[in-house]
Amino acid sequence: MARIRPTQVADDGFWDEERPSRGKKAARYAAPVAVAGIAAATIGLVPALASTGDPNLPKISAQELISKMAASDAQQMSGSVKITTDLGIPSLPGGGSIADLGGAQGGDASAAPDAKLMELVSGSHTLRVATDGPDKQRVSIVENAAEYSLIHNGDEIWAYDSGSNSAYHATAPKGAKAKGDHRQELPKDLRDVTPQEIAKKVLASVDDTTDVTVDGTSRVAGRDAYDLLIKPKQGSDSTIGSVRIAVDADNGVPLKFTLSPKSGGKAVIDVGFTKVDFGKPKASTFAFTPPKGAKVTEEPTADRKHAQKDFGAKDFKDAQGALSGLNVVGKGWDSVARLDTPGGAAAPSGDSGPGAASGLLDGFGKEVKGKFGSGTVVSTRLVNALLTDDGKVFVGAVDKDALVKAANAAK
Amino acid sequence: MSRADEPKSADTGVPKTADTRPPGPTTDKRPTSPLWALALFRSELTTTLRRWRTLALLGVLALIPILIGVAVKIETSDGGGFGGGRGGGGEGPAFFPQITNNGIFLVFASLAATLPVFLPMVIGVITGDAIAGEAGSGTLRYLLVAPAGRTRLLLAKFTTSMAFCLIATLVVALSGLVTGALLFPLGDVTLISGITVSFEEALLRALGVAALVALSLVGIATVGLFISTLTNSGIAAMATTVGLVITAQILDTIPQLHAIHPYLFPHYWLSFADLLREPVYWDELVKNLGLQGLYVAVFGSAAWARFTAKDITA
Repeated sequence: MARIRPTQVADDGFWDEERPSRGKKAARYAAPVAVAGIAAATIGLVPALASTGDPNLPKISAQELISKMAASDAQQMSGSVKITTDLGIPSLPGGGSIADLGGAQGGDASAAPDAKLMELVSGSHTLRVATDGPDKQRVSIVENAAEYSLIHNGDEIWAYDSGSNSAYHATAPKGAKAKGDHRQELPKDLRDVTPQEIAKKVLASVDDTTDVTVDGTSRVAGRDAYDLLIKPKQGSDSTIGSVRIAVDADNGVPLKFTLSPKSGGKAVIDVGFTKVDFGKPKASTFAFTPPKGAKVTEEPTADRKHAQKDFGAKDFKDAQGALSGLNVVGKGWDSVARLDTPGGAAAPSGDSGPGAASGLLDGFGKEVKGKFGSGTVVSTRLVNALLTDDGKVFVGAVDKDALVKAANAAK
Repeated sequence: MSRADEPKSADTGVPKTADTRPPGPTTDKRPTSPLWALALFRSELTTTLRRWRTLALLGVLALIPILIGVAVKIETSDGGGFGGGRGGGGEGPAFFPQITNNGIFLVFASLAATLPVFLPMVIGVITGDAIAGEAGSGTLRYLLVAPAGRTRLLLAKFTTSMAFCLIATLVVALSGLVTGALLFPLGDVTLISGITVSFEEALLRALGVAALVALSLVGIATVGLFISTLTNSGIAAMATTVGLVITAQILDTIPQLHAIHPYLFPHYWLSFADLLREPVYWDELVKNLGLQGLYVAVFGSAAWARFTAKDITA
């Protein structure tokens, strides 16, 4: 200690340490405040600046835009897709939602795609897609420190779940219908969540109950796009307010798809590219060999899976598609599907899980009465279902009154 | 374990110059070489690393990958896979199922396991002690006697903290790699996107992951340094810093507070896994680095404002 003596050191400007005045001391705190302020301003301003002005594109009619979409044949592309769904499916007290039910049933560490599909039904997800012709596709769901990938290469279909290190393998023979079951279509379902596929489906259903207009332009994933606005005609009972598709002005590829409910508020389904590249993806993108030690599930044949798939699809995902074989009342946007089930309000296709689910649905439903008798209406933001006490189920993207009307008419 | 108990490092140079020079202002003869700051940094780093406390903390960090490795080895020694009954992804510790098949995943698993608690705790202890500890044991004023200046001392302390982030991360990563190589097979690595890359490339990515984890910690390190300038009690500063880490992580799990989540420093910590995708998913990585940079800028300048204006009483 004795060697250390206080020495007086003079100032040298920046490194100045000598007893600054009180005011000077306070002034130093301006530095962190300024840094924080600049950061806050940047965070606030950059998105505002980035979205300045929609692109100026030559006028185009809705018909021309639709044919442009139809003619588009972008075979090679890759990019990131953000999918946000808010179906308004009631949450369970435990914090989960009914959508989790489907996932939980298939949760025995299998990488089969159906459980994954259910996950997409609620919340926000990032997908990365790559396509190289009809034989090579890849979709992966970006998860926290994990990824679920679905790879289609030639006649091989692989699914890999890095979270559980398990894989799922199926073969897709050229005549996909050969086996007579819908196994092969499963991966296609997951592929269907890209904006292109959804837009294709929507356009296929355009008829005289629909208004189609070109509604301005926008920028999606850094590309100029036309906005195609599809709306049910006035006086419709549909719960769907509008469907908006952003179509790439250059090559007619749909880049963004937004479905808004009539009740307003956040979009029910919002699927759009956040990044897109129309170059050829690397060949290695579509190569998959299951890692050593990974659990590989081969294409299953169990009925349990089968039932589960129907359950998931019916209720939440794609009511129209799954119910196509059933009674449909009304047309266009106002279609209501009728299912007749014997024995109370049990969900129609249930052998395993659905029983439990229908109990839950009753809890969330609302009693209604009409000429048809009485029943329970289960509402989401988009799809409403009426379960009558005598075992009929009416489902549609229409409001409650339309369901009751349909039920009365069916009486 | 304070500076007072240890032999004064020659690098600080104070005693010598003080002894050989006549008392009084020494402005003209003061060495102004840029190496000066480096010397101060070197002395800080060696002082920090020579403490038993630091060595013990690093030892604990090195032990964690060994524990994980041995546990996974025992669990799977009967030939079965890891965690057979687990559902889809997103639950359970990240990368655990892959460890048995490729030892390199032990590096990622250990980093993912230590990043939420152990690494920030160690950083909190080191940075919280950086200035408050010196003040508490009465050595801070001796340090300031050196003609280095407070700003330069703070810079040296800051650089030491940053270096320590890297050292702590590398200790975990290296211990994970060695344990993984000893207990499990190595070989071509299947990335989480399902794409297989060579072991060399995976090793490069592992290095990148370690660097990212170290960079993820600079935010909390700077916050710790700032807290350390607020108080004269080293323990208080450490406890506050570690408490802050835990609080931020709890806030990060409350869905109702999602509006503030992107501004919490631990929010993007696990994004290092995005480096293991093919192609690499940059969005969150960039966000993470930007956020850490923001914390460094705000709390670094706050620490500067506080420390240069502070009355040093001890």
